[in-house]
Amino acid sequence: MNDVAAPFETENYVGTQYLTFRLADEQYGVSILKVQEIRGWEKTTRIPNSPVYVRGVLNLRGTIVPILDLRMRFGLPVEPYSRETVVIVVRTACNDSEERSLGLVVDAVSDVLIAPDETIRNTPEFGAQVPTEHIVGLVQDEENMVMLLDVGTLLPESVVGSRN
Amino acid sequence: MSIDMAQFHQVFFEESLEGLDIMEGGLLDMDPGAVDSEEINAIFRAAHSIKGGSGTFGFTEVADFTHVMETLLDEMRDGRRQVTAEATEALLKSVDVLREMLVASRDGGVLDDVRVKDQHTALERILSGEADSQPGERAADASPRAGPTAEPVGWRIVFRPHAHLMRTGNDPLRIIRELASLGPLRADCDLSELPSLAEIEPEDSFLSWALHLGEAVDRAAIDDIFEWVEDDCDFAVVPVLPDGPVESSSAEVAVSDDADATQSLPEAVEPPQERRAGLDRREGRDRRKPAAAGGGSSGSIRVDIQKIDSLINRVGELVITQSMLGMLGDDFDMSRLERLREGLGQLERHTRELQESVMQIRMVPISFSFSRFPRLVHDLSGKLGKKIELRMSGENTEVDKTVIEKIGDPLVHLVRNSLDHGIEGPEERLAAGKPETGTVALGASHRGGNIVIEIRDDGRGLPRDRILNKAIERGLVREDDNLSDQDVYDLIFQPGFSTAEQVSDVSGRGVGMDVVRRNINELGGAVEIDSTPGQGSAIVIRLPLTLAILDGQTVSVGDEIYIVPLVSIVESIQIDRSMLGTVAGRGETFRLREEYLPIVRLHEVFGIERPRAAQLTDGILVVVEGEGRRCGLFVDDLLGQQQVVIKSLETNYGRVDGISGATILGDGAVALILDIPGLMRLAKQQPGRGARPMAMTA
Repeated sequence: MNDVAAPFETENYVGTQYLTFRLADEQYGVSILKVQEIRGWEKTTRIPNSPVYVRGVLNLRGTIVPILDLRMRFGLPVEPYSRETVVIVVRTACNDSEERSLGLVVDAVSDVLIAPDETIRNTPEFGAQVPTEHIVGLVQDEENMVMLLDVGTLLPESVVGSRN
Repeated sequence: MSIDMAQFHQVFFEESLEGLDIMEGGLLDMDPGAVDSEEINAIFRAAHSIKGGSGTFGFTEVADFTHVMETLLDEMRDGRRQVTAEATEALLKSVDVLREMLVASRDGGVLDDVRVKDQHTALERILSGEADSQPGERAADASPRAGPTAEPVGWRIVFRPHAHLMRTGNDPLRIIRELASLGPLRADCDLSELPSLAEIEPEDSFLSWALHLGEAVDRAAIDDIFEWVEDDCDFAVVPVLPDGPVESSSAEVAVSDDADATQSLPEAVEPPQERRAGLDRREGRDRRKPAAAGGGSSGSIRVDIQKIDSLINRVGELVITQSMLGMLGDDFDMSRLERLREGLGQLERHTRELQESVMQIRMVPISFSFSRFPRLVHDLSGKLGKKIELRMSGENTEVDKTVIEKIGDPLVHLVRNSLDHGIEGPEERLAAGKPETGTVALGASHRGGNIVIEIRDDGRGLPRDRILNKAIERGLVREDDNLSDQDVYDLIFQPGFSTAEQVSDVSGRGVGMDVVRRNINELGGAVEIDSTPGQGSAIVIRLPLTLAILDGQTVSVGDEIYIVPLVSIVESIQIDRSMLGTVAGRGETFRLREEYLPIVRLHEVFGIERPRAAQLTDGILVVVEGEGRRCGLFVDDLLGQQQVVIKSLETNYGRVDGISGATILGDGAVALILDIPGLMRLAKQQPGRGARPMAMTA
């Protein structure tokens, strides 16, 4: 559970806030403290010989930020980008514990969900067919199940590992 | 005084260590026999500043030690003492000891007291030992113990600070304390000028002293103490002669007479002393200012004043442009659109220039790192009994500050290796028909978008067989492995590898080359080794120009735009069918004058879709060079040349083969910068028509 942000405290309520977004028909969430900004899709510069889900890099006020397509990352059916397609820019410690900013292409932003820690359930094991290494837990929204993402594991291992 | 002196310590240490470098450099350049007085002066001034500073900040041990050095230097400067190799050597060692003392004081480390004492005695022995050998010359001046008759047994000093003395940063107490360190001191304080408590100005000094020093020290030692405050006080020094006024001769008299004493100051002594003191002090102060400006709490950087000036100019222009735009905006209508565009263009240009100037500040000449090598070579060649000349070139090549900091130790290691293992002893060299004196050349240059540092020697070269045997012995390679010379030489970078038959205290313990490579790799660089038996070896270190600005050529392939560093481009040509050929039916090559070069199609290596130029004759071949190899890079078109600011891809992503970084184009889009050597390696690994390894050796 290394992706749970500091608890959000009000007078009589303790919980963590998650920004939820839609991907195909599924709902995902990232800790809101890791979210830097939300922006529309823009053309990126492709990185040669990178995995297909790395859409390229973008100039974000002078820093170079990689953009990952989450549908492609999770092997969901790919759809052309529309006007609703958004990029969620998050900042997080990655596998090698270096902090990085990265943009995630998702279908649409949904809501902000406040989830007390005790309501978060473990991800069931699916075996090798369904990759769950990026999911840190499940939580129930009013109508949907929301998968909480560990954004630190999203960059390709070959790249993150190659830093040292 | 409520000033916290500790805040100046950092500056003091930095400056003192720099002073030591000056001393060291000067001493190394000093040729016994033919002595340049200006050189000695420079060394003396550096020593003097250190002494003054350490006294001020209460590092008395340092001050005492420096004092002895200074005395020796002073005598050399005045021509009273011959500059001998022995004395120079002793001074060099003292510089080391002093450096250790300073570092220990700064970091609160433990100091090797015995060494300090030994060196102290060694210096004093030189000081007095020479006196025995040249008694006639010595009798006239310094040593009071040597002079039998008219020498004083003590000094009477009248010291009356001017009211503003303390505001100049001096403290009478420190001066008195320093005098006390010379011998038994009796001080009588004159309170007559002290105003009533209501009228007192707390920052002024009203006291004056009559001091009686009961030790027959050198007059110069006393003058030295007063040197810093000379303009800010009245002082008079009168020798106490054995038959003259004895110790009991009342200090009260001196106090009441002090005005006279000041005037009746022996004039024969004063003028030359004043001249010297004035000079030294001026130098001392001038040198202090930039340091104070640059001193920060942690790491600080010394910046060329020109860079600062250019920065200020840029800011000035930016401000002008901004106010121009402001005025334009006050009552804007469409008729002034053209002027607005113009103004925005200017704003953009100035901003870019400002950014470049700021980045330049981090760039420092590599001489900061090179400057330690003359000393190293001097010491080691003596220790190893070899004759070695060090040649340095490209010391002004500018490198990012972080690179300078991290490259120092690996360089020392490599140069030591060259001296110890590379260069042969004089007999061996003569026997091999080489000049007796070996040469180690240290050079730096900008090449291929990199900083290249080369260490070359004309020694015996790397012992290929011995390295190979050792590697087999250690199980690093197998006997039947067919290794190229390059592969064999690379083995020395393996951990725990040393072929020196005898471990010397210089090198040969086998800790090092692996660390050297690791350090260089950490900087994103690479190290290569080349060697010719009997002729010498060369180690080439390539380091990236971090944070640098790069002259680039923009090229297009399909829909994509890449930047080729201008430094790696040899030329760009449109190719003619008659120039083309293939090697083994697969490796594409072309003939450029007398050379056959492989062709690397960028769209193949990078998997770029829909290149506009499918045929080699439709596009452009950019002839590029990297790591001594050349190839023709096939692209659709050349767009233009521009300066680009290198942005790291690794901050948020990671390293990408064939790409050294990214930059932002005028329209805000990102363009990737090609890493030519990496690209060639990548092309080698890829199957297909691209360059094959055999084609790489053109």
